[in-house]
Amino acid sequence: MMTSYAQDIITGLSSLLTGMKVTIKTMFTKGHTVQWPRQTAQLPLNFRGHIRLVANDSTGFAKCIACGSCVRACPSNCIEVKGEKPEGAKKKSPTLFRLDFTKCSLCGLCVESCPVAAITFSRDYALAGLTSEPFAAMNLLDEVASPFAGEEQ
Amino acid sequence: MITEISIMRTLLSILGITLVVGVNAIFVVWFERKVAGHMQYRLGPTEVGPAGLLQTVADGLKLVSKQIIFPQSADKPIFILAPIICLVPVFIALLPVPFSATWQAHELDMGLLLVIALGLLNTLGILLAGWGCDNKYALLGASRAVAQILAYKIPLLLCILPIILLAGTFSLREIVLVQEQSTWFALYQPVGFLIYLIAITLETNRSPFDFAEAESELVAGFHTEYSGMMFSLFFLAEYTYMLVASAIASILFLGGWLGPFFPGPVWMLIKIYFFLFLMMWFRWTFPRVRVDQMLSFGWKILLPISLLNFLITAGVMAAL
Ligand code: SF4
Ligand code: SF4
Repeated sequence: MMTSYAQDIITGLSSLLTGMKVTIKTMFTKGHTVQWPRQTAQLPLNFRGHIRLVANDSTGFAKCIACGSCVRACPSNCIEVKGEKPEGAKKKSPTLFRLDFTKCSLCGLCVESCPVAAITFSRDYALAGLTSEPFAAMNLLDEVASPFAGEEQ
Repeated sequence: MITEISIMRTLLSILGITLVVGVNAIFVVWFERKVAGHMQYRLGPTEVGPAGLLQTVADGLKLVSKQIIFPQSADKPIFILAPIICLVPVFIALLPVPFSATWQAHELDMGLLLVIALGLLNTLGILLAGWGCDNKYALLGASRAVAQILAYKIPLLLCILPIILLAGTFSLREIVLVQEQSTWFALYQPVGFLIYLIAITLETNRSPFDFAEAESELVAGFHTEYSGMMFSLFFLAEYTYMLVASAIASILFLGGWLGPFFPGPVWMLIKIYFFLFLMMWFRWTFPRVRVDQMLSFGWKILLPISLLNFLITAGVMAAL
């Protein structure tokens, strides 16, 4: 009984010392804090921001052919697309591409369903606003050039 | 006899102690947050002032400007009295603490006894705080503090007793002077030193023994209902209490202001902040134990060992 009493004290003390060794070592390593907004952390490669339209490399217009596949694929009904054929073109081009980001679950079904790989996830993570309105109707056409330039939309 | 010199001395002591308490709180709170941060791969405060040094000042200003809320069913006089009872004794306890052979507010031949006695008032303050605000969590915290004091105060006294035997005096200044002749008492009393370290962690209500606040169980324990300035008084008392406990530890065991090269007060401060760092190190390493674990630890381990330590010391001293 006496030996187990002493044993308890010794194992207890040594385990305490082990813990203290860990913390003191940690104290002299560099902190892991990233000091936002002065520094930004590296985004993981598969980071999912809100979806955005991919532009055609040569024309700069959206690759989207306004087929509506993503609209049907989206389980939350967040996408609204309208399109027309621009003068002399064979395929349609979107005249309206609106995303309701407040409902989007970033599931990626729209990205996968697109036959021409016209949408991807953006890497935009610093989204903040005072009201939800701007996010309920994000105009994704803003970021790509429009073949309807000059015409009334 | 009241002379001009004694009045000057009193005024200067009051000023000095207030300065020490204020600057110490500002520094130690910052230091603790830095230590805590770095021990958890964080940085601690960095924004206010160089390396965040003025963070405590900013926090203090925020606390002072906040509204003090009185709970409707609180016992108002007790509610107001509690933080004062916590804070005032630590001011007085700094009086007999020598920072060098000459830097001492007031030499008392019973200095050690005074400090120990005043240490008990802290628990009274906590009990009043828990009782006065009519909150079950606060009352639970306060009752724990009272259970705790019984478990650590006796071992604490039992490991101070051998020091008194060795030094033959209760005066803090003379205890250091005796160590000047021989050597640090920590070398004669390693077990007592260890138990004292544990006991002051208990005495200052710090993790792993912070049952009286225990934020994961009791919201904030005895100061659940306190806000603004009154809360910061408890805070100030806690950090000043750590300072006093560390000062007494360095005087009793590490030879107070004694040391080569630097003048006395510098050594004293080095030793004090060594103990303060040690307490922070404990706090950010060990998880809080349960109340019953603490009680059985106090009664079954601390008490017998410190009693044995005292008896052996007394026996050896009688034999020599
Ligand atoms: S990611 Fe999912 S929820 Fe969001 S728009 Fe695409 S399909 Fe809809
Ligand atoms: S599925 Fe692709 S091409 Fe079809 S509307 Fe959506 S984005 Fe455009």
